[in-house]
Amino acid sequence: MRRILRWLIPAAALPVLVLLAYGFRTDPRAIPSPLLGKPAAAFTLATFEGARVSLEAVRGQIAVVNFWASWCDPACYDEAPALERAWRRYRDAGVAFIGVNIQDKEEPARKFLARFNHTFPNAPDRDGRVMVDYGVYGVPETFFIDRAGRVRAKRVGTVTDEILQQEIERLLAESKP
Amino acid sequence: MIPELGYAATVVALLLAVWGSAAAGVAARGGSAAVLASAERAAVGMWLLLSCCIGLLVYAFLTFDFSVRYVAFNTNRGTPFYYRITALWGALEGSIVLWAWMLGLYTLVAVGRYRRRHREFYPWVLCVLLAIAAFFLLVMSFPAPPFQRLSPVPPDGRGLNPLLEDSGMITHPVALYLGFTGFTVPFAFAMAALATGRTGDEWIVITRRWTITAWYFLSLGLLIGGWWSYHVLGWGGYWAWDPVENAAFMPWLTGTALLHSVMVQERRRMLRVWNLALIILTFSLTLFGTFLTRSGIIGSVHAFSQGSIGVFFLAFLALVLVVSLGLLAARMDRLRSAGEVDSLVSRESAFLLNNVFLVAAAFTVFFGTVFPLLSEAVTGAKVSVGAPFFNLVNLPLFLGLIFLMGIGPLIAWRRASAANLRRNFLVPVAIGVAAAAAVRALGIGQLLVVLCLGLVAFVSAAIALDFVRAARARRRAGAGWLASTAGLLRRQNRRYGGLVVHLGILVIALGVAGSQTWSVQTETTLSRGQSVQLAGYQVRFDGLSAAEESNHFRVTGAFSVSDRRAPLGVLAPAKKFYPQEQTPIAYVDYRLGLIEDLYVVLGDFARDGSSATIKVQVNRMVSWLWIGGLILTLGTVLSLLPDRRSPV
Repeated sequence: MRRILRWLIPAAALPVLVLLAYGFRTDPRAIPSPLLGKPAAAFTLATFEGARVSLEAVRGQIAVVNFWASWCDPACYDEAPALERAWRRYRDAGVAFIGVNIQDKEEPARKFLARFNHTFPNAPDRDGRVMVDYGVYGVPETFFIDRAGRVRAKRVGTVTDEILQQEIERLLAESKP
Repeated sequence: MIPELGYAATVVALLLAVWGSAAAGVAARGGSAAVLASAERAAVGMWLLLSCCIGLLVYAFLTFDFSVRYVAFNTNRGTPFYYRITALWGALEGSIVLWAWMLGLYTLVAVGRYRRRHREFYPWVLCVLLAIAAFFLLVMSFPAPPFQRLSPVPPDGRGLNPLLEDSGMITHPVALYLGFTGFTVPFAFAMAALATGRTGDEWIVITRRWTITAWYFLSLGLLIGGWWSYHVLGWGGYWAWDPVENAAFMPWLTGTALLHSVMVQERRRMLRVWNLALIILTFSLTLFGTFLTRSGIIGSVHAFSQGSIGVFFLAFLALVLVVSLGLLAARMDRLRSAGEVDSLVSRESAFLLNNVFLVAAAFTVFFGTVFPLLSEAVTGAKVSVGAPFFNLVNLPLFLGLIFLMGIGPLIAWRRASAANLRRNFLVPVAIGVAAAAAVRALGIGQLLVVLCLGLVAFVSAAIALDFVRAARARRRAGAGWLASTAGLLRRQNRRYGGLVVHLGILVIALGVAGSQTWSVQTETTLSRGQSVQLAGYQVRFDGLSAAEESNHFRVTGAFSVSDRRAPLGVLAPAKKFYPQEQTPIAYVDYRLGLIEDLYVVLGDFARDGSSATIKVQVNRMVSWLWIGGLILTLGTVLSLLPDRRSPV
């Protein structure tokens, strides 16, 4: 009996190793936002062109709010064309896009917009208030807001055509008002 | 050119390590002396090639050779000279090179020291050391190659993580790695003891200095890490129970347990299995620490790069645990204790309790660190375990350990008589109680602080009493005070080195207790000319200035500081804007003092310099941590001095 019991010593390490191996299947950066399902915080900003853009004004539509910065290379540069494509595709289906430029300087931010030819409204969040309201801790982050004004999904990192399509179609499929 | 040379050196070093390990293994099983000599030459060759790797990397850093990916990702043309050298260990790949190089160096020291002595252990030790070095070289060859070529060659590099541009970053990783790798040698001896079946006390006696040295560097690494966190990160703390800190703290705890329990084995022939288990655990925890910090399985403020390296480390950790614990299990029959605990009131039971506390602390830290993983595996819920948990569960353990620091070194072995207890503890207990009562009477309300200070007074008194008595005994033999004190330290250096280390730990404990209890802070926005008051200090905002540095843009605030008596000068905290960083890096300014530090962090500011938000902290007794570290160093040096005691 003692002979068998002693082999429990190395065996004791097994559960720990299994647990650590399980760690590879998880992603510590995929942090669910506490905002999911909650009403999205209202904001009004002045765009780079000087127009006013606000979440209130697009209530009743689906809203995609994307936080970006010109220094966020390559992630923001990678996703910018996909955002513009999605905007052009869905603008007539009742989907509003708002780009919020955070922690940035004016000139490189304008250069970024010119480079990608963005046609949806983009506004600098000069005092960082919107960023704080949405709990943004890095760029890019993208929030998907439904017609009732609730945050329904949050994506950290580059969004692709597939991601945008999937999230937007999901919200579009819900009953129209 | 450099990538190819470096990669070739890495691969050849890997082959040498594999060959050397195998040859040493053959020699250990009765092979010829020529085979063993070949293993030794392989060890020398491996270390030389690793030195070449380091030389090539440093050269690439100094010449801005951005065709090396690691160089391009960790420097740019603005990186100051010194940090171009220390960028070597600024990220994963280079750290592994440094680790392997240190291990190679330790292997050479072991070859030099033990080639003619301890012949029965030596081939196995060489076999184990080279096998472990082979693993690190494997990591350098595949998942984390430092010499990967970058094509096309960029005109400029990305730059070092700005937080690492600090003097603490020059020494902190080096000390930590010296500690981590240092435990490899005692581990190799333990494996040799198990492999040869000579599981007596020899391996413990041989490796005493190695264990102390490794422990010391680990302690130093932790303290420098605390200093770095304190004066760079700008939150005014030195320890956050972050997974990466825990990763270095766990082997420290089990290593500390080992340092104490080996004394019981030396003296009483007990705890043989326990000591072997402890060194296996300590070494495994050093690997686990690297696994944890580099695999990305647990979120941490230490944003390290990730990759397939985690799989390699986990596989190696599994191998080490299975082989070493399997050997331990197979040798269980030989490991019966020769002695047993005679009485609960004895030094061996104090040491046992000390081990229970230390291992329990290591376990709770481990549990808290992997709990998010466990929770996600079992319930799917993401949780994080914060400082309150760690503080709560560890506090009683640490207070218990402080108490035992007063008991252990003075109580008699085997069975303490009532006379022994009275003689050694009556006065210290009285002093401890008196100190606690005095603190209480001064109106420092919190029970825990009172308890901690009382315990520290008790332990200090016990150590002082012991020392005074021993010195007095020598003085009676005819020496003067100074000579008898020095003679005592010299002749009983192991004992008094240990006690000095204890004093260092006490000072650190006071620093922790004081800073946690008495520090105050405030945060406010000031217009130019306005002041804020905190704990007798007045801090006035005088304005902002901006400057372009070699690799960043810096906005510096000027704050005139005065206390109740006189102006103290100007503090200049800054915010540094690095092009490669998303958020600005705070540059803290402070006035350090024995009792308290004034600590100022610049927050947001108006672009025109008309107002600024600052955080002002008065951190009390934090300096005691660093002073404790110095005392710890003295004690370690003392205990490592060559033994002068006449052989018994």
